[in-house]
Amino acid sequence: MAPLILCEDLWKIYRIGDVEVPALRGINLTIDRGEFVAVMGTSGSGKSTLMNLLGCLDQPSRGRYHLDGLDVSTAKPDLLADLRNRQIGFVFQNFNLIPRTSALENAQLPLFYRGVSIKEQRRQAAAALQRVGLAGREQHYPAQLSGGQQQRVAIARALVGAPSILFADEPTGNLDTASSREIMDILEHLNREDGITIILVTHEPDIAGYASRELVMKDGQIVQDVRRAPHLSAVT
Amino acid sequence: MPAFVLLTVMTALRILHRNRLRAGLTMLGIVIGVGAVIAMVSIGQGARAAVQAQVASMGTNVIVIMPGSTTVSGVRGGQGGAVTLTINDAAELKKRSPLLSDTGWAKRDVMQIVNGNRNWNGPVNGVSPSYLTIRDWSFTSGGPFTQADMESAARVALIGQTTLENLFDPGEEAMGATIRIKNVPFHIVGVLAPKGQSAQGTDQDDVIFIPFTTAERKVFGSQFLGSVGALFASTEQSADLPEAVEHIRETLRARHRLGPDQADDFTIRTQVDIGKVQEGTSQTLTVMLFAIASVSLLVGGIGIMNILLVSVTERTKEIGVRMAVGAKRIHILTQFLIEAMTLSLFGGMIGVIVGIAGAQLTTVIAGWPTMISVDAILTAFLFSLAVGLFFGLYPANKAARLNPIEALRYE
Ligand SMILES: Nc1ncnc2c1ncn2[C@@H]1O[C@H](COP(=O)(O)OP(=O)(O)OP(=O)(O)O)[C@@H](O)[C@H]1O
Ligand SMILES: [Mg+2]
Repeated sequence: MAPLILCEDLWKIYRIGDVEVPALRGINLTIDRGEFVAVMGTSGSGKSTLMNLLGCLDQPSRGRYHLDGLDVSTAKPDLLADLRNRQIGFVFQNFNLIPRTSALENAQLPLFYRGVSIKEQRRQAAAALQRVGLAGREQHYPAQLSGGQQQRVAIARALVGAPSILFADEPTGNLDTASSREIMDILEHLNREDGITIILVTHEPDIAGYASRELVMKDGQIVQDVRRAPHLSAVT
Repeated sequence: MPAFVLLTVMTALRILHRNRLRAGLTMLGIVIGVGAVIAMVSIGQGARAAVQAQVASMGTNVIVIMPGSTTVSGVRGGQGGAVTLTINDAAELKKRSPLLSDTGWAKRDVMQIVNGNRNWNGPVNGVSPSYLTIRDWSFTSGGPFTQADMESAARVALIGQTTLENLFDPGEEAMGATIRIKNVPFHIVGVLAPKGQSAQGTDQDDVIFIPFTTAERKVFGSQFLGSVGALFASTEQSADLPEAVEHIRETLRARHRLGPDQADDFTIRTQVDIGKVQEGTSQTLTVMLFAIASVSLLVGGIGIMNILLVSVTERTKEIGVRMAVGAKRIHILTQFLIEAMTLSLFGGMIGVIVGIAGAQLTTVIAGWPTMISVDAILTAFLFSLAVGLFFGLYPANKAARLNPIEALRYE
């Protein structure tokens, strides 16, 4: 079976005026189903750029990217949107919830674009909120929730469509230690129990410790790729 | 898709509710525009209906022939002193033109009419019995006078509703009563059903009809016996009217011995001509309202475009989020189009109410007849939808073409 993610010599070059800024310089990467990958590296090393490419939010300047056997490096915007909708979930550092819209409606969003009936949207979104421990908060607006709770709504939104991969770009970057642990426990559970592949960007070794594989980036390249047993601090 | 549309409409309503003031101000243009469309159509249709009713009140397929020529502007000139139309003309017309089903004649004068201690100055018409059938007069009680009354110059009268109200106390029986016209006693043998205003705006119910012969000999004191105020004719088919008019013209020109370079010394009008004159007046107002409607709808449309551009900018990040979870371009496009159309439809709805109120106010204040039609309301709705669609397209397309990453990064 084809790997879930297969990158061959992936480049991303930004142009600012006449200056070319290579944010990714020849990434070769394979990630299998069910992996929990932490991406680390200094600021500006290209972690977010890589996440956006892998998450089909952006397209490479050069190279090939196969997602679940499908070459998406040159796919049309609507196909990318469809992939994001069905295969991929995103969790961002700043939550990115839609303001003045209830937790339930935020969590419904991917199903909304899938043409699911309203009743089914609500049922599944409520179940997703329950999985992240937010049962009873369905009608709260983001502004009425703590940072950790908002991030959990974002996770519920990411997993409501039963994606195969979840991308989390510094999901705990804006949270305190206790909330960070809650979020990581949820992600770990999703990976372990539901088999969702997780790719996580973080600056904190503690957080990276949840992962079974660690990539380190520098100047747009992967300079280190280590597989190891996750330290089981959260499990005990 | 239905769930998507429904939820998008609900979201649009929520956003509009949240920005009520802004949305309200934006809608103003549409409100005025649609209001003007409704008022315009209502006044136009009201005027047309009124004209049709007035034209119908003349009778069916009626031709009126008046003495005197027509000036260029279409207004009948002075009679020039000449008595040009006579009873004999009428008889001759009937004989010559097989298209004419009937001919009649009338002569009118304003006279003092007395009933007991009440008196009234009103028009008295000496008419042929055929006149009453041509003009389609009906009766609330009694009936027309007869050919025998005509031949014997009987002192019988038919009375119109307005004259009746002015001469009789409420509840007083007019049938069989005796009134005096220029001191000559007349028996009332018929009360006429009301006809309302004529196309020229005169009250057709302010009238007394007496036999033409009686009028000539006992009331008017004419210098020339047989001269009439106007001739009337009718045809079976309205399609025959133009040809009948030509027959009449030829016959009368021959009888009056008019040379080829002489103008007619009479004027022929049909119902169609009379209707046209009045429709013209309401058209001026219609054109004005059309101008207001177009400008307002344009301004309203630009307002919608503006508020949507602001909204797209304000909600760039939200658009990015929606794209990140799988919204396609068509979804974003539809969302903003629905918002635009919700806005314009709301404006349209308020506009319909304003338009109906405006039309009714026109009736009350200016006395213009108006008619509110379902067609007008539907048209207005479609118009406001189209305005929303047209002016929403640019901002919606702008939103749909955003790059997801850049939209997400937008602060
Ligand atoms: N839209 C853009 N236009 C131009 N240059 C960009 C753009 N996005 C990223 N870059 C550049 O690409 C490089 C990689 O950026 P990226 O955001 O991927 O870094 P990162 O590893 O996520 O950093 P951080 O840890 O601070 O989030 C940087 O040098 C950045 O300046
Ligand atoms: Mg980053």
